[in-house]
Amino acid sequence: MTDGASTTGERAPSVAREPWQPATITAVSRLTSRVVSVTLRPERWRPFLAGQHADVRLTAEDGYRTHRSYSIASPPAAEGTLELVIELLGDGEVSPFFHEVAAAGDTVEIRGPSASHFAWRPEEPGAVFLAAGGSGVVPFLSIVRQRAHVTAPSPMALLYSARSWEDVIAGEELLAHEQAQRGLVVSFALTRQAPRRSSDFAARIDASIVAEMMARLGEPVRHAFVCGAQRFVGSVADLLVGAGVPAQSIRTERYGGS
Amino acid sequence: MATRGFVGRRPASDHADRVPPGQHLVPDFPVLSAGPTPHVATADWSFTLKVGPRPVQVWTWDEFNALPRSRYTRDIHCVTTWSKLDTRWEGVLVDDILAAAGIAAPTAYLLAHSYDGYSTNVPVADVIGGKAMVATHFDDRPLEADHGGPARLVVPHLYFWKSAKWIHGLQFTAHDEAGFWELRGYHMYGDPWREQRFTHD
Repeated sequence: MTDGASTTGERAPSVAREPWQPATITAVSRLTSRVVSVTLRPERWRPFLAGQHADVRLTAEDGYRTHRSYSIASPPAAEGTLELVIELLGDGEVSPFFHEVAAAGDTVEIRGPSASHFAWRPEEPGAVFLAAGGSGVVPFLSIVRQRAHVTAPSPMALLYSARSWEDVIAGEELLAHEQAQRGLVVSFALTRQAPRRSSDFAARIDASIVAEMMARLGEPVRHAFVCGAQRFVGSVADLLVGAGVPAQSIRTERYGGS
Repeated sequence: MATRGFVGRRPASDHADRVPPGQHLVPDFPVLSAGPTPHVATADWSFTLKVGPRPVQVWTWDEFNALPRSRYTRDIHCVTTWSKLDTRWEGVLVDDILAAAGIAAPTAYLLAHSYDGYSTNVPVADVIGGKAMVATHFDDRPLEADHGGPARLVVPHLYFWKSAKWIHGLQFTAHDEAGFWELRGYHMYGDPWREQRFTHD
């Protein structure tokens, strides 16, 4: 077959690509020593699903551009705004901008929210299990926050692994949600510190912790979401499969090495 | 519109022409997948070539590895914006799979099917002529499960989600049928040089 060009040419877009749009930074606040929250007000906000991410594009004076995807922490219910939570990467190109330069009033460009795979659909029946490693909790902040606005939501468990309480993102807020929301269980697995509550764990997530959380959920897991660094996600997804959760009901999002 | 205070880090100039727009280079090899990593033992592995619903040939692991083997070194580009230069692959070219089955491509489109239920579509023209292989080795070592082992499709000139991990077979289709990510908002073709990331790009 020699008509590669014409074959691929058929795929020429017939619909305009989603344009980048300006978004004004309305607030930058520090959540932990390595994590900042950046609130944006896009020119044209649109509804999205909790768990989705947005692309952010930065442009240098000479026209050089780069973009990254960030999970959205704010719930769709917070109309008009998008909150991104950005961890500082040692060798990062974009995260240092948000940590060291960005301030309220600055403008960046965004595209999205997009990607419908790693997204919570409250209308889907069945218990939900969320497992986060480190800044992998960000899409789950959106989900837990959105759940507060849903009538009679399904049971949900959030198991959040971090090194210490100081590294936990929005810990107090998550505890408040657990108090306020019926059917929501939140537990922390701290790997380098004893936890404050007896319902939390002082260990890396293992089979017994997963089993304990599944028991607290009280219903079979119908939808599992796992988000974090590569190794964390691989290990926890395997634990869920080992605990009998069907592989096709486990959705993963991995923060790669970049 | 410049972003106040953003300087950026450009690829080294001798690599600049190898990095598509919106991509940045990484030294490591990030793992991305939709769900848990399937652990497929080579004893249980098989590869099926289909035309529509009809199986044309099935290879066991040993039979597949007896097919003519090829190596190439290519740059790869992930839709999540990382690119990695000079990745070294070894496996069986799609050309050699078709030759072993004794068929020429009967349609212009393929779906690659994976052990985890994932699928992705790719035009036949993009996998023949030495362009794509079913790789069993990366960097001279058997492909790790996290990277798609025992075997994955490698179509290096398209965004890397087209290079289906844990491949179980290839299926010729009469039309260009959307696969897993393509049904979830990603582009039907996925050319990194044209930044075909999402459906309407």
